[in-house]
Parts: sequence; structure tokens; C-alpha cells
Amino acid sequence: MSAVAPTRSAGSSRPATAAGSVRRQHAPGAGRRRTRKVLLGALGVLAALVWAFPVYWMVLSAFTPAAYLRSTTPEFLPLHATAANFRGVLEGGSFTSALKMSLTITLLTVVLVLAFAFLGALAISRWRFRGRTSFVLAVLFIQMLPAEGLFIAQYKMLSSVHLLDSVIGVTVLYTAAVIPFTIWMLRGFVAGVPAELEEAAMVDGLSRTQAFLRITFPLLAPGLVASGVYAFLQAWNEFTVALVALPSQSSQTLPLWLRNFLSASANRGVDWGQVMAASTLIAIPVIVFFLFVQGRMTSGLVSGAVKG
Amino acid sequence: MSHDAALGVPAHDAATAPGGPTSERPAPRRRRTPAAPYVLLVPAVLALLAGLAYPVGRQIVMSVQKFGLEQQFGQPPELVGFANFARVFTDDALWAVVIRSVVFCLVNAGLTVVIGFAFALLMRAVHSSVRIVLQVSLLLAWAMPMVAGVTVFKWLFDYRTGVVNWLLVKIGFTGMEGYSWLSKPFTFFLVATLVIVWMSVPFVALSIYAGLTAVPDEVLEAARIDGATGTQQLRHILFPMVRPVLSIVLLLQIIWDLRVFAQIRLLQDAGAPVSDTNLLGNFIYELGMSRQDFGGAAAVSIFVLLLTVLLSWPYVRSLMKEDA
Repeated sequence: MSAVAPTRSAGSSRPATAAGSVRRQHAPGAGRRRTRKVLLGALGVLAALVWAFPVYWMVLSAFTPAAYLRSTTPEFLPLHATAANFRGVLEGGSFTSALKMSLTITLLTVVLVLAFAFLGALAISRWRFRGRTSFVLAVLFIQMLPAEGLFIAQYKMLSSVHLLDSVIGVTVLYTAAVIPFTIWMLRGFVAGVPAELEEAAMVDGLSRTQAFLRITFPLLAPGLVASGVYAFLQAWNEFTVALVALPSQSSQTLPLWLRNFLSASANRGVDWGQVMAASTLIAIPVIVFFLFVQGRMTSGLVSGAVKG
Repeated sequence: MSHDAALGVPAHDAATAPGGPTSERPAPRRRRTPAAPYVLLVPAVLALLAGLAYPVGRQIVMSVQKFGLEQQFGQPPELVGFANFARVFTDDALWAVVIRSVVFCLVNAGLTVVIGFAFALLMRAVHSSVRIVLQVSLLLAWAMPMVAGVTVFKWLFDYRTGVVNWLLVKIGFTGMEGYSWLSKPFTFFLVATLVIVWMSVPFVALSIYAGLTAVPDEVLEAARIDGATGTQQLRHILFPMVRPVLSIVLLLQIIWDLRVFAQIRLLQDAGAPVSDTNLLGNFIYELGMSRQDFGGAAAVSIFVLLLTVLLSWPYVRSLMKEDA
């Protein structure tokens, strides 16, 4: 068995048999390979269906009348589609107030994160200065810290300055949590715009500020959009910190609201149609935004590994 | 800050060697460090101080303080040294939770990476139309907000009208009729694993797939001509070439799965035995928020933070290499 042999010797150790077998088996091998490809294709489609099923089931249930959801035999196609579940969700007004809370916190976080992280990224990618390495190191470690290891202290901090249940308190915590990765992400974009471009504009008579605003800034727009969407997703989906920082019913964000909506519904036999309609409403903006930013996030998280 | 210092010369002015502005050391002739970068960092640093550094410091102080009944009535907490650590870490309940968390984390991270690797190989092997279907499906699962995702799984596994029980009864497991998955610890963690693996596989699969596309087809073709079987190609060519990505995603997955809190918390709402299903994060939450034992909660939190920093080290180092 030559399976243990390293790759490079696989060919040279038994040249005669390898060459011979290839020539003999060429035609049947190709046929087998085609069958294999079809089988793998079928497996791929099956895997895709299984993985997408929970999302499909959420949207389907959201449009299915409650009576059909209570029946013991589920329906797998939208035969009785209705918007009644969505009307039911929007009725009480609690969804709208949670939506308002979520939007306020999310937008504030996005604006603050973008401004602060952009300046930070500019500093670490355009200047070499004493303490830069320590700062980058700190940023990278901070982004790994789990909210679960900090939220009790954050709760105590907010309660001692009377910022529980307030937009400001949560926004400060979210901003701090999202900034590190955003700095890291923007750093790549800033480094991608050659400083020579700016210098050329300065040679042509623009001031440093003008050169920055007219040349560099427009080139950074895609990076800023990607980072903004990332911050949006983080703040919009966040559950753990919100759970401790927004204890009262009246100041809930959407994830907390969805949890309570389900619990409240559980007392009288869960109305899964409405719960799924609510989930769908929360998921849609996320799915739309996510498709924008996805490529950038994968490469940002693992690019060190790919290059190193 | 003086005016001219704010206009400090960026590093790229110092030397003009090719390779981009950030790849150079500062020129030796500049002895004064420019003030501009420090000014630019002020807002970010202030936000980090307020939102993270202060809580970390406060947590360290809390971990050596006693929060008893008197403190709930406004008494200042008294210093007790390492009593909190001693109390919490000699408690068998904590170690049960630690073991449970580690096992849960390793099982989930392992499953996620194995399934993700399989998806990546599948994406490489199939026709591009199938690949796009797979990618869209993975992106949908990845994009689902965590709370919505867990809620959907609760609906899938609902004991009365959930589609999973219906399917199991349909294919012959009649005992599963009305089976309540979330009320027994073992099946509770089974559902939790399914949720977490479902949500985590897309990131792993797409990252590894990106690594796999870097392997040129010619290399595999050459190996095939030399008589290498599919398994040999996988083992001696594909696997070594994606090993760096693979080890990073495995590490990230371990770090992320060790901190699982929200999914468990949300699944527990359905009536699970809380003390048998708590992971580390949930244990801290119970200790702090429900029992008001802030000292104990802080001690466990510090343990979790130290563990995270320790585990993150290889990942941070690999990112630092990129920053050079």
C-alpha cells in the first residue's frame, strides 16, 4: 500500500502500472466519472433543499392560516396563502414600538461605529506610530471577547449610572462591541487605496483635506457600505446584551420582543402562524442586507489564513 | 495638540520603496512621532473604554467583593479576596457545567467543520448550476437572524404539530407522536446542536470552498493521470492545501461554540430543566441576574474571558501576520 507515501512519490514509485492502468481504463473511467457527477449533483440539490428548508418553512407558515397549521398533516405548498398572520402581528402595536426601538439603536450604532472606526482605520493604515502594534493586537483580542463573559459587569455598570432600559446605554455597548472588527475590515479598504493617488492630487494643487475628500473618500465608499451593513446586522440581531441592558417590557428590541411574543402566545397554545410571520418580518431586512456584505465578511475573517 | 503635528507626515511619505504605504518602517530621520494618528484613534478608544474596558475592570473588582443580602439594601460591598473564586470553583455544579460546555462545544465545532468541509468538496465536485443552488441555500441559512432561526427550529420540533414528529411517525417511528424534544436534556442538546450546526455550517463551507478554489485544476488532473484515486487526491492534495483555512475555522468555531448562550436560553423557554441544560454563559446569567450573586458571576466570567484570550491567541497571531 502506497497510501502513506507522500504525494510527490505517488507517480514515481510505480510508473509502469500507473501509466498502464490509465490507458486501459480511460473510456470506462470517464463513464463512471459522469455517473458520479450526476449522483453528486443529486446529493448537492438534496443538501441545498435540506439546508434551506427551515427558511422556507418559516415563510410558508407565515402565510398559512392558523387552522391549517393546527392540523396533524402539514401542507408543504402555499395552497391557502393569507396575510392574516401578518395583520395579527402588527395589530397590538407592540411590534411597531419594538421596531422603533431596534431602528433607533441600530442606526445610532451604525453612525457611531462608522465614524469612529473609519478614523481608527485611517490612523492604523496610513501611519506607523509608537503603540500601533499594541493597539492592533488589543483590537483583535477585544473582538474575540464574548458578551457572555462581560454582560453581568455591563449590567452593573449601566444600572449604577441609571442607563438601563435606555437607548444610550445599549448603543454604547453595541458601539464598543462592533468597532474592533469594523476597524479591521476598513483597514483593508484604506490600505487598498494607494496614498500616491492623494499625493498626485496634491501635486496638482489640492490641499491634503481636499485630496482626501475628493480622491480617497469616494474610493472608500464600498468599504464604508460593507462596514455599515455589518454594524447594522450586529446591532439588529443582538440578543444577549439587550437581554440584560433592556430589562423592562416597554423598551424591547425586536429579538427580545419575538421571544416574548412566543412566550405570551404559549399560554393559549402557540399561534405558530403569527410567530413565523413575526420571524419573517425580522429576518427580511437582514437577509437582504446580508447578501450585500457576505463576500467581504468571509474574506475578512479568514484572509489571514489564506495568505499565511 | 499643536497644529503642525496634526498634519504629521504619513508613513508613506517617509520612504518610496514599492509595496504600498503600510509595508514600510518609519524612516530613521523622523524622530518625532506624529500626533495625527493618536487624535484619530481617540473616539474609538473612548468607546472601547466605556463599553468594554471599564466593564472588564469593574468585573475584576466585583470578583473580589461580596454581594449578599445587605448589599441589596444599599450597603457597599465588602472585599473578600479570592473567596468568590474559592466558593464557585469548589462547587460541583460549576464543573458539571464546564464539562457539559466543553463537550457541547467540541461536538458542535467538530460536526460543523466536518459537514462544512463536505459541503465545500461537494460544491467543487458538482456542476456550476447545482453549486449556485447550494450557495444560495447556505446564504439563506447564514443570513437568518439567530432569534428567528431558533424560533423556527422550535416550530419544527413542536411536540404537537411540528413537522419533524410528523415525519418520524410517517416513516414508522410511531413512538415519536407528541414527543417533547425540549423537555429532556439529551434531546434538548440534540436540537440545540442541530440549530447551531445549521447556522454555522455556511460560514465554514464557504470559507473552505474559497480555499479549495485556490487549488488549480491542473494539479488534480496531473494526479489523476498519475493514477491517484479520489481519496488520495483528497488526502494528499486538497486537504494539505486547505489546512490553514481549516484550522482557522475550527478554532473560530471552538471559540464561538464555547460561548453559546442565547440559543440555549431561548430553547429553555419551552420548559426544559434549566439546571440540567445550562452552559457556561447560562450559568453566569443565572448566578448574576437570578441569584444576584454578582461576585460569583464575575469570578466565572473572568474564567471565561481568560479561556477565550488563550484560545484566540493562534487566530490573532495569524491575523497579525496579515497586518505586517
